[in-house]
Amino acid sequence: GSGGFRKRKHDNFPHGQRREEKENVNPSSPLMTSFKSFQLELDTRHDKYERLVKLSRDITIESKRTIFLLHRFTSAPNGEEILNESEIKLDAVRRKIKQVAQELVGEDMYQFHRAISPGLQEYVEAVSFQYFIKTRSLISVEEINKQLIFTAEDREETTNMTSNSHDKQQHTWSLKVTPVDYLLGVADLTGELMRLCISSVGNGDIDTPFELSQFLRQIYDGFTFIGNTGPYEVSKKLYTLKQSLAKVENACYTLKVRGSEIPKHMLADVFSTKTELIDQEEGLS
Amino acid sequence: MSVSDMFIALQGVLTADQDIREEIRREVQALEQTARELLTLLQGVHQGPGFQHIPKKCQKAREHFGTVRTQLESLKTKFPADQYYRFHEHWRFVLQRLVFLAAFVVYLESETLVTRESVAEILGIEADRERGFHLDIEDYLSGVLTLASELARLAVNSVTAGDYSRPLRISAFINELDSGFRLLNLKNDSLRKRYDGLKYDVKKIEEVVYDLSIRGLNKEATVGGGGEK
Repeated sequence: GSGGFRKRKHDNFPHGQRREEKENVNPSSPLMTSFKSFQLELDTRHDKYERLVKLSRDITIESKRTIFLLHRFTSAPNGEEILNESEIKLDAVRRKIKQVAQELVGEDMYQFHRAISPGLQEYVEAVSFQYFIKTRSLISVEEINKQLIFTAEDREETTNMTSNSHDKQQHTWSLKVTPVDYLLGVADLTGELMRLCISSVGNGDIDTPFELSQFLRQIYDGFTFIGNTGPYEVSKKLYTLKQSLAKVENACYTLKVRGSEIPKHMLADVFSTKTELIDQEEGLS
Repeated sequence: MSVSDMFIALQGVLTADQDIREEIRREVQALEQTARELLTLLQGVHQGPGFQHIPKKCQKAREHFGTVRTQLESLKTKFPADQYYRFHEHWRFVLQRLVFLAAFVVYLESETLVTRESVAEILGIEADRERGFHLDIEDYLSGVLTLASELARLAVNSVTAGDYSRPLRISAFINELDSGFRLLNLKNDSLRKRYDGLKYDVKKIEEVVYDLSIRGLNKEATVGGGGEK
């Protein structure tokens, strides 16, 4: 039958012939020459992408550490110190962003956007967090991008860049955080602000939660206004944002209702019980 | 600037972006229609009598590419020239399809692999990013891989139609193409996945060649100088 025939066919398959055919391919034919150049082109592209991914990871890590540092800020004496240290950290992050800008000279930024977007979002989160602590307001994307204009620091730097002909003339580099990355970073910021609210109560600070509530409401209104007109990733954040706002509003409620009857140092305990209840409810829904 | 002012400005930017994408989508739809017409035309070569009409089909296809050129010219005007990759996802698929169609026509005409520069010329776009709306190398390679699958099918149908020499030539061509692709260091992306399909095309063609050789049909073809019904 046909089954038996097929079995025989594969046993006798001319592997030798196939090998011979492959050896007959001329390695310097026009086709092979083109593919060698494709290899080079793709390798160069992939290498650059990888360098940018590494930079983005460094940016993410250092930005996250800055955020942790800023959570330790209180109006207590070491507050100024913490702000100064955060500025030093963010300067280091900006130096990495400068390297990103240098890698992207002469390139279409959007070709590599996925490589650097996570890092930039984290940076927006960190820098806007610091800005809020300092000014109680939201940093604009223009303000962020103003800080991402870089100049050559010394003659050494410009001569080191002679590997790329574009850079011989280059003395300034800049990177623009896109509106979408900015929005995503600000959406993540609200999560940190929610944490700030909870820890403020623990520190006996009963003013910050109300300030945060008002601030978060403004941001939430902004995202509501944008709604679905942005890309999907932005709309996705709206849900978490709403939850963060709810937690902050509930904290304010607790303070208002129970705050006057309980000594400050016990507020934290009452408050943490209440938030546990909130989390349980949310778990059930 | 108040928070609400900031968000109003941002919404303006997002809406403008969406408007551009809407226009691009319309242009791409027109391109997709032309691509479908081209594909329907060229698919005809798989039928027996189609072999005689190959030169005519190629000529007609070339005319269709005139429409493609016009449509791509129009697409180019819908977005800022230096933001190709911002919107690339919208036309990536249809461009790959057009590369395949151009490669198929060129193969039917000359049995060679169309170069990147030639495809760009056929489509009326640039080969280099720096010069404007261009053909990305990965889109070119994807289109070429689709050609391989089409030729595997053509090899099979050639035999059915009585042409025993064409599969041998296709086999040599695909083997060279396979060797070329082996030089590439691909990442685990859609191009890589498509490349993984190439070995099945190679195998299919090898089986056709084998079937011909054990029956001595390929010898018949070479001795007779490619004589077919």
